[in-house]
Amino acid sequence: MANLVIIFLSAVIVNNYVLVNFLGICPFVGVSKKLGPAISMGMATTFVMTLTAAVAWLINRYILEGLNLQFLQTVSFILVIASLVQLVEMFIKKVSKPLYDALGIFLPLITTNCAILGIALFLVLKEYNFIESIIFGFSAGVGFTLAIVIMAGIREELELADVPEYFKGAPITMIVAGCLALAFMGFSGLI
Amino acid sequence: MATKTGYSKEFIKGLWDENPVLRMLLGLCPALAVTNSAINGFSMGLAVVFTLVLSSTIISLARNIIPKEVRIPTFIIVIATFVTIADKMLAAYVPDISKALGPFVPLIVVNCIILGRQEAFASKNPVGRSIIDALGMSVGFTITLTILGAIRELLGVGTIFAVQIMPQSFEPWMVMVLQPGAFLTLGLMIGISNWLNARRAK
Repeated sequence: MANLVIIFLSAVIVNNYVLVNFLGICPFVGVSKKLGPAISMGMATTFVMTLTAAVAWLINRYILEGLNLQFLQTVSFILVIASLVQLVEMFIKKVSKPLYDALGIFLPLITTNCAILGIALFLVLKEYNFIESIIFGFSAGVGFTLAIVIMAGIREELELADVPEYFKGAPITMIVAGCLALAFMGFSGLI
Repeated sequence: MATKTGYSKEFIKGLWDENPVLRMLLGLCPALAVTNSAINGFSMGLAVVFTLVLSSTIISLARNIIPKEVRIPTFIIVIATFVTIADKMLAAYVPDISKALGPFVPLIVVNCIILGRQEAFASKNPVGRSIIDALGMSVGFTITLTILGAIRELLGVGTIFAVQIMPQSFEPWMVMVLQPGAFLTLGLMIGISNWLNARRAK
């Protein structure tokens, strides 16, 4: 149990997915202009990440390792993730319209989010068991949500700030992210 | 002559006007993650050159037989195949660099630059042009990553490509080789390139 808590804290704060591992930078820069969409994106990503972690673990253990096909890891993970996201999108559309409206447009974007494939690759690398993998996927998603929500909060304020013209948009976002990363480094001694 | 200028234009646009990292903000994850030294940035760039040029070649050759509906999955499989080859080759011949790049080599699959070029260019253009376009884009990516890596390495440990540049008395800015340095340097580079572009347009 303590083990799971450590995995959670480590993925959310100490090794924050966006600010420390540099995964999922594209949505982090692209969808962090407003707080609302940022929260939806974070929720959608957390959902897909948890699911991906479970499925990727099963595939790795029972198909790739079982048949000694580890070299097909990248190909099989990306295919499974792409079809999984499609499936989830159709399922949500059928079952819950409000949820679909909230997450809908973000789901297809998530397929090409490197954080998702990153989850699958990391959990193989770290040799987590099934439960640990699911917790890892979920907490990485929470970490992503945390980072993108903080960023969106800062950027809403940034709209009012007097930023040099050529630094508006992406450059200032990067620099602010640098400051955030600096702050998150303070957690590095925690675990 | 007309075709020749066409080709060089195709190549040069990737270096500056449509530079994937600085102008189009694609492929930021590897650009930030592996550029703690010039050599790492450069190797990452080479892996992308390899993958992008070969996938563009294949996709461009097969562009008329790939059904429109399944083109994205097809692109992804082709890209993933070449990424796997690149990954295994790095691990076999330069294990140190392979270790430093870690999961970011397999993550080239989801690098938006590669899928983006297939969708925007290789699937619509003949093979010659597609190869030139892929070369331009990936060389632009490599140059950007190498510069980014060199700046961070120079300020963070005082070397470039592991050659001592800064005088001994220079106190290294450790933070530059850590995560915040990546964001700060890339942010400044994008800002400066915006400024240069605006100045050129005047």
